Amino acid sequence: MIPAAVEHVRASSLEDAFEALADPEAKALAGGQSLLPVMKLRIFRPSVLVDIGRLELDGMQLGETELRLGSLTTWNKLESAPELERPSLAAISECAAEIGDLQVRNRGTLGGSLAHADPASDMPAVVLALGAQLVLRAADGERTVSAEEFFLGPFTTALTPGELITEVVVPLVDGSGSAYVKVEHPASGFALAGAAAQMTRNGKQRVAVTGVGAHPFLLPEAADPLDALSEAEIYGDRFAPVEYRRHLAGVVVRRALERARERMEEGR
Amino acid sequence: MPAARRLELVVNGERRSVEIEPRTLLVQALRDGLGLTGTHIGCDTSQCGACTVLVDERAVKSCTMLALQAEGSEVMTIEGLSRDGELHPIQRAFVEHHGLQCGFCTPGMILTASDLLSRAPYPDDPTIRRSLRGNFCRCTGYQSIVESVRAAATALRTGTA
Repeated sequence: MIPAAVEHVRASSLEDAFEALADPEAKALAGGQSLLPVMKLRIFRPSVLVDIGRLELDGMQLGETELRLGSLTTWNKLESAPELERPSLAAISECAAEIGDLQVRNRGTLGGSLAHADPASDMPAVVLALGAQLVLRAADGERTVSAEEFFLGPFTTALTPGELITEVVVPLVDGSGSAYVKVEHPASGFALAGAAAQMTRNGKQRVAVTGVGAHPFLLPEAADPLDALSEAEIYGDRFAPVEYRRHLAGVVVRRALERARERMEEGR
Repeated sequence: MPAARRLELVVNGERRSVEIEPRTLLVQALRDGLGLTGTHIGCDTSQCGACTVLVDERAVKSCTMLALQAEGSEVMTIEGLSRDGELHPIQRAFVEHHGLQCGFCTPGMILTASDLLSRAPYPDDPTIRRSLRGNFCRCTGYQSIVESVRAAATALRTGTA
């Protein structure tokens, strides 16, 4: 299987990339681990691939109040990053380590996956639960959107044409614990149901789920997460019908909360 | 139609140049362009790992990478592992520990193992199994492959290949 004929432009700067992305049929290519499979299946046929893979967008900066992750950071880097070895950020490396396989994690990127927005991909749940902000750049400037505002539907995000994710900014919540747990489809590895949780010392918890609806979403903070799930609109298919998937979601939410709490308590 | 162009890269230590289209996958450039047919196409959908090669020392699925994404990179295929007619320690371990039967998945298994062992010289069995998750074998049942990788780790550490 080969993709339909396509042009390839290597961007050597963000300005370069924005210029090439002005073509409405153009698509940004990062690691290609989501994009190339859908192009090989000819589900997607851009006329131009704007290869941003060699831009310097793969940094990781741990500051006083926030963690800044470059959008081209690979899963492989995230799964073993010493910066993430703390209870409040553990969900990020835990999640990255469960994505795909070694080869996919060597190439797949944080920003590429978030932009692709597969409704069953893992990391969206984590960025939602940790309250991350996404920095979006375009030719005419930069804006910041919260993870909650970013995911709109299956493969649909708040990105406008010509816009790129440049950074993911995760606020540091002192003394919190975080975790990601999924039940995966045994062949594809995608989440049948996945949950990310953040537990803070004042008893606040944030829980987000993936693989269970049109897009990953945050459960309302005021409600008990399991009650919230019982009322959520859950997606069903031949692998997991609606009620079974709702049950799985409850299981992973409970486990993620337990693990986040354990990490919070150990971190004291 | 986008024009064909020449791709320059280093394959198994040698500078190579190959004519490709922008949509050409790395696996096609290696097999059809350079005649390196040791890199196998199994599922062609990024599942089975038979097409695994090293790009700048990291295992990748060459069916899910454009040849142009490897421009200027160093690519290692199974043909590049042996030295002076001597099998690489990982290859030797697979032979000695029955890490293959039909052999179709073996190039990918060995190159994934090579990435693992370059980063984790003392892998335990769960780590080996986890690392090989993206490589399917339909003959061996994996046990002998895990044993081969474990033996290769020892051989590489002690230089007793």
